Amino acid sequence: MDLLNNLALGFGVAFTAQNLLYAFFGSVLGTLIGVLPGLGPVATIAMLLPSIYALDATPALIMLAGIYYGAQYGGSTTAILINVPGESSSVVTAIDGYAMARKGRAGSALAAAGLGSFFAGCVGTVIIAAFAPPLTELAFKFGPAEYFSLMVLGLIGAVVLASGSLIKAIAMIILGLLLAQINTDVISGTARYSFDIPELTDGIGFVVIAMGVFGFGEIIANLGMPAEHREVFTKDVKGLWPTKQDFKDAWPAVMRGTALGSILGVLPGGGALLASFAAYTVEKKMKMRPGEVPFGKGNIRGVAGPESANNAGAQTSFIPMLTLGIPPNAVMALMVGAMTIKGIQPGPQVMVSNPQLFWGLIASMWVGNAMLVILNLPLIGIWIKLLTVPYKYLFPAITLFCCIGVYTLNNNTFDVYLTAVFALVGYLFYKLSCEGAPLLLGFILGPMMEENLRRALLLSRGDWSAFVTRPLSAGLLAAAVLLIVIVMLPSISKKREATFQEE
Amino acid sequence: MERSLKIKSQRDFFSGLMFVIVGVVFAVGATNYSMGSSAKPGAGYFPLILSVLMAILGAVVLFKSLTIETEGGDPIGSIAWRPLLVIVASIAVFGLALPRLGMFMTIPLLIVMVSFAGDDFSWKGVIATAVVLTLGSWVIFIWGLNLTIPLKPAFMGS
Repeated sequence: MDLLNNLALGFGVAFTAQNLLYAFFGSVLGTLIGVLPGLGPVATIAMLLPSIYALDATPALIMLAGIYYGAQYGGSTTAILINVPGESSSVVTAIDGYAMARKGRAGSALAAAGLGSFFAGCVGTVIIAAFAPPLTELAFKFGPAEYFSLMVLGLIGAVVLASGSLIKAIAMIILGLLLAQINTDVISGTARYSFDIPELTDGIGFVVIAMGVFGFGEIIANLGMPAEHREVFTKDVKGLWPTKQDFKDAWPAVMRGTALGSILGVLPGGGALLASFAAYTVEKKMKMRPGEVPFGKGNIRGVAGPESANNAGAQTSFIPMLTLGIPPNAVMALMVGAMTIKGIQPGPQVMVSNPQLFWGLIASMWVGNAMLVILNLPLIGIWIKLLTVPYKYLFPAITLFCCIGVYTLNNNTFDVYLTAVFALVGYLFYKLSCEGAPLLLGFILGPMMEENLRRALLLSRGDWSAFVTRPLSAGLLAAAVLLIVIVMLPSISKKREATFQEE
Repeated sequence: MERSLKIKSQRDFFSGLMFVIVGVVFAVGATNYSMGSSAKPGAGYFPLILSVLMAILGAVVLFKSLTIETEGGDPIGSIAWRPLLVIVASIAVFGLALPRLGMFMTIPLLIVMVSFAGDDFSWKGVIATAVVLTLGSWVIFIWGLNLTIPLKPAFMGS
């Protein structure tokens, strides 16, 4: 068996003391920066790039990979505990995870996220090992038109994340796409909507919007409520561990999430992100057990599904990078940078020319995931304790960490001012019942969507019909239309309103 | 017969208004950039499509808020001015102070300021929080993560 031989080679590399140490160091650092809102893996890896010169290629990449998925774990922790998604892919986790935390079930949510991610990580690792070569061929079939259609489908899928009005959710997606247009046009180099402010020509940071709208908007809204109504977290914390029923509910969601994530992660362009909300959509459409908590109110499946999907996606997103040399996201781009620093040209030849690096990295992904579970499960108790801190001490601390996090993004006070503006905007959204999650997803996908739209139109010589005549693209668009129809069907829209009115 | 132009959902009315305004502003902005043609889309092409869509959706929300009856008029409710202004101002002051006063002075300043957003302010609690958070931030961000954050006031040299 090739697969077993390859994995054996990989584990041989991963289980050396030195590489275990770097995997551990990477995972711990990743968790830490993931928990601190604002400090993302991109910034950390960028800061660490210079120190990589001193390391061998294999331990260096193992450490970077550790930071990457450690940050995914940590990002979910803040999403669940304080409703600040530390990572774009944990936006979805915040919806039901935070609702669970408020009901005293943060422990179950964190455990579901951790165990689900671990399971997904294990499967993802095996999948990379087994399918890396054939899966890359699927990615080859995707042209700009297909990417654009895929993103349309993804964004329409994001609509179901909102529990309020459908049309407002779509409007918020478009608002997100528009905010993403504040940048420098990649193709012509024109600065757009920047009002001659140099900082704006680089675009608005994702973290700035996430913190303003989710973090600060929430704090202001909480403080605006009279103290006796302001039950941010219930005092009655129901156990650190998921109940038997939780396991029963979460298990199938983990399986579905893992499957979705493994497939979508391969697609360059935010695979893990698309996977997490596709998984949420699927969970929401599944039949509810009688008496199950509705989505948006703290359903454990709403945490387990997306978390597994995003971790599986994070794993399989290594495939396009390792095999094609195409980085699917910013972290991967930095890893490609790190590889070139070490004189390795990423591409199909890595598997043949550096088998130790390739398979060692894959095996260390599993090792890193195992370490994260061991590291995070005992930490759950500490995180829960954190929630018992009275809100009057908690909100200054959150404010401070957000401020420092935003500042350290670019060592730039402009981002801090911009966050203040978005805090105001966040409160406005809260008051107008406009939901932030669709906006954020639109914002993240905006630049990719525009680039692929324009590339597709260039290739088709301005013929919009290219999107429907290419079979893959047409299929994706048809799925998007179908999704709208399903959501608009009266029975479901009534259910959506029902969830909304329970507030 | 109800009066035809009565706001039936306050929240939707103002959201619709917001969407329309944002759409129009971005559309006007887009006209400053080259449109190109569909065969060679320019910098203004995609933003224009989006902003027109935005304005249309906003108009629909606005229309619905005037026609579809909601329970109790879906009022926006009172605005939490104090937390809103205190928090927004605190963030801005943090940005202003950090490069000039350094971390050791800015953090206590931020904590004291932002604590006024809550309703039970006590100097004892606030000072304790400020001390703990300043030391904690130093340990995590400077000592642990080695970030470059100004520590001391600019006039004292670094």
